[in-house]
Amino acid sequence: MKEFGYHRASTVDDAVALLDREPGARVLGGGTNLVDLMKSGVEEPSLLVDVRELPLDLIEPTGNGGLRIGATVANSDLAAHPEVRRRWPALAQALLAGASGQVRNMATVGGNLLQRTRCAYFANPAMPCNKRVPGSGCAARGGEHRNHAVLGWSEHCVATHPSDMAVALTAFDAVVTVATPAGETDIPLSDFYLPVGRTPHRETVLPAAALITAVTLPGLPVAARSRYRKVRERASFAFAIGSVAAAVEIADGQVRDARLAFGAVASRPWRARSAERALIGSPAVPETFAAAADAELSAAKTLPDNGYKVALIRELTVATLSELTRETSR
Amino acid sequence: MIRVEGRAKVTGAARYAADAAARGHAHGALVPATIARGRVVSIDDDAALALPGVLAVLHHGNAPRLAEVAGRLGPDASTRVLQSDRVPHTGWPVALVVAETAEQARAAADALVVTYAREQHDVAFTADHPGHYTPERVFPYEPAVTVVGDVDAELAAAPVVVDETYTTPAEHHAPMEPHAATAHWRDGRLDVVDSNQGAFVIAGDLAGLFALDPAAVRVRAEHVGGGFGGKAVTGAHVLLAVLATLRLGRPVRVVLDRAQVFALTGYRPATVQRLRLGADPDGRLRAVDHDSATATSTLHEYVEGTGAGTRVLYAADALRISHRVTRLDVPTPRMMRAPGKAPGSFALESAMDELAHRCGVDPVALRLRNEPAAGPVTGWPFSSRNLAACFTEGTRRFGWDGRDPRPGVRRDGRWLVGTGTAAAVFPALSVPATAAATAEADGTVTIRVGATDLGTGARTALTLLAAEALGLPVDRVRVLIGDSDFGRAPLAGGSWGTSSWGAAVVKAATRLRETLAEPIPAGGITVVGDTAADLGAPAERHRLAFGAQFAEAAVDVATGEVRVRRLLGVFAVGRVVNPTAARGQLVGGMTMGLSQALHEEALWDRTLGTQVNADLAGYHIATNADVPVIEADWVDDPDPEMPGGIKGLGEIGIVGTAAAIANAVWHATGVRHRHLPIRPDRVLLAKPNELV
Repeated sequence: MKEFGYHRASTVDDAVALLDREPGARVLGGGTNLVDLMKSGVEEPSLLVDVRELPLDLIEPTGNGGLRIGATVANSDLAAHPEVRRRWPALAQALLAGASGQVRNMATVGGNLLQRTRCAYFANPAMPCNKRVPGSGCAARGGEHRNHAVLGWSEHCVATHPSDMAVALTAFDAVVTVATPAGETDIPLSDFYLPVGRTPHRETVLPAAALITAVTLPGLPVAARSRYRKVRERASFAFAIGSVAAAVEIADGQVRDARLAFGAVASRPWRARSAERALIGSPAVPETFAAAADAELSAAKTLPDNGYKVALIRELTVATLSELTRETSR
Repeated sequence: MIRVEGRAKVTGAARYAADAAARGHAHGALVPATIARGRVVSIDDDAALALPGVLAVLHHGNAPRLAEVAGRLGPDASTRVLQSDRVPHTGWPVALVVAETAEQARAAADALVVTYAREQHDVAFTADHPGHYTPERVFPYEPAVTVVGDVDAELAAAPVVVDETYTTPAEHHAPMEPHAATAHWRDGRLDVVDSNQGAFVIAGDLAGLFALDPAAVRVRAEHVGGGFGGKAVTGAHVLLAVLATLRLGRPVRVVLDRAQVFALTGYRPATVQRLRLGADPDGRLRAVDHDSATATSTLHEYVEGTGAGTRVLYAADALRISHRVTRLDVPTPRMMRAPGKAPGSFALESAMDELAHRCGVDPVALRLRNEPAAGPVTGWPFSSRNLAACFTEGTRRFGWDGRDPRPGVRRDGRWLVGTGTAAAVFPALSVPATAAATAEADGTVTIRVGATDLGTGARTALTLLAAEALGLPVDRVRVLIGDSDFGRAPLAGGSWGTSSWGAAVVKAATRLRETLAEPIPAGGITVVGDTAADLGAPAERHRLAFGAQFAEAAVDVATGEVRVRRLLGVFAVGRVVNPTAARGQLVGGMTMGLSQALHEEALWDRTLGTQVNADLAGYHIATNADVPVIEADWVDDPDPEMPGGIKGLGEIGIVGTAAAIANAVWHATGVRHRHLPIRPDRVLLAKPNELV
């Protein structure tokens, strides 16, 4: 681990000013991912700006039925929040499906959005990786890629985004609020992550010296009937190999509204808009759900060892939407 | 009885190798090779030596020389660290940087510039690898090829034949405590505190390698946080610590990081096993043909003896057991909990389940139908054989009777549910040991024996045995272990610890009891027990522990998820000294078997020649959420031929568990999984047409 400076920020302006002054600085939230990466030498910040004592740990209702979540709210606190559990249950489920109790107690909402891929080649500085060292190549594509992307990847990088929470937030049209030296700005989560393209090392649209201060969930009635299903290689403390966040509103046997996002399939949480279009206005039956999944997954490109993900996401989508439909008709 | 050192462990008072107190010790950081095969051309240590606190950089060009000695388990170049420029596999130590603090050593290790001449490597194990050869023997000392009768003729004549190939991946010991050692060379003596499975054995290795009088080497391992076989050999960590203290003359501590534990401390090698079973329509076996292919390193020929269980489990008119091995540019595999027996039982006991289905015979009945009266290969009698009693008790407890044999017909919501069973067998061994018993003036007794407690409860079992032999309450007996100065003792392995150390402890304690009537002088009275002469030449008979494993599994074929709902193991393990710890060992073994069935697998990048999941985030071990209610129990199994009637039970719990689970997955879904681990992607992509 390289030596680094440490500064506990007292105000948002103080943190942003420091980040602006010191380009090698990194924001420290719970440290559950960043510190691991520092130990392995993937991250070598010159300065850590600790934001945990900033007043960003509140969950507050917005005027229009939404919820504003401070960036340093712990994952476990957000999962336990009564309004989240009642009105965005898939978000609570996604949070609780992530990591372990100890990690969730430390991990912050802002940090969760910015966690790095768990691609083994990214995590080991001795190996080639275009995300870590642009131009060094992608070893995963011809190597161990069983848990790599099937949507939206490029020949430069096939890594996936590891977050569960972000999948649910993406389904629910969350908006990220960011403080920058030029002032505060809002970024829809669906625009927050960049496509992989030729620059997998550039992961988000965040400008330099930006600090995530909040994530806002807009009022979204359909989210009250939502579910997050995650499949992993053991029952706990493992990243998803495929996950689905789904919400549906059904009336007279027809899908009136739907939200759908996939996890562990792409470099970012994958909002399944083609599937949503196929769902809305169609009969709420498994055939519709399968066709909707197929509409989204027709763009999938698989590698020799990750083709199962297409079948997995299709089955998970059908199963999750079928369960929600059964609950609705109950 | 709860473990005697339990309080020390949960309060943190117990000291492991990496926290042992040492005055003024320096810290060594290992520099692992980043290529899989080749040579070190140069090591530029200018930058590293200029960093604060750095004391020395040891490498093949300047390290003290080791003596040429025969390995304990055959020629073993894995001990020859820093002796040549050759790189045999990724992660091999090419240097040790020693500094005042661990952080300084690590920083300097990162600053070391190592230049390599890379050679083409081969890390890809396959059953048809051109390098395969038939070794002389397989681990531990069994012949590589055994033939009884005419297997081909019996297979050709058998009305029912199962001919399938099963694979198991490389699996790692992954003990909680990483390997660590502190070594101090002073006044002509070498003092080592190490994390190992046998202080006396490791001390002997060090004496040989460093050309020292064995009496000048002391190794201690008071508390060890798991070994599973991965701490049974003299590892790079302790060799490097000794090399460094010889050079510097002050204590040096070397602690492996997790990636180094994966790369340098052994693993269970991958296997490809072809099983051919020929049987009559009623399931009586006519032929068993068990052919295994596995891999080892270029440094040492370790061959996983997968056929060990097949030699003793079932009667057949003809048997053929054969092993092949190929050498690859990979780290050296080592014995790992139930070596050979665990992966071998997955293949054999899966094949037996397939045969049961083909013959329409209940899987338990099939096994009982093929019970041998004597060793199928040797014709030797069994000192005791209570496998049938294990199945009888197991079927009763598990509720096996009346089981619907049809696969794929039980549904519980999104889950398909099934049950499976498998037999387990493991050798019951006892080897020579010494122990000393001292009657203290205060009325207590101190036992000294070179045993190791890997977290197994060995210290507690020995306390119980000593107290019984002495006729004293356990709180008046203190057992000291983990010190090579206590005399000859075998390492913790082979499930022989309690029987071997126990026999010596009982012998010393029994003799001491005869002297206890006398007044005890201030210095106490010490008597020694040595069992070397007691064991004699082994009689021609099989001494074995047995078990019957049962599993219930639920499978969501839409998502590929497999959940084990319950496990039951009923064992015949001789006398059980401490039921609390015994149950812990058996349940622990079964948990490890569950992990083997569903999770554990080393992943290697063939192009880069390195493991890509050498950490506990990527190498999945079962979590609490994966582990259901596990029941382990035992039947009466008297065996007067074993010392104290003790057979040992540290390993048999893992044997058969994976097969029982795989058989339950088949019963749930109708799809046979012949490749471990049974991952979601494999379940998802499994073809229902494999249904037979």
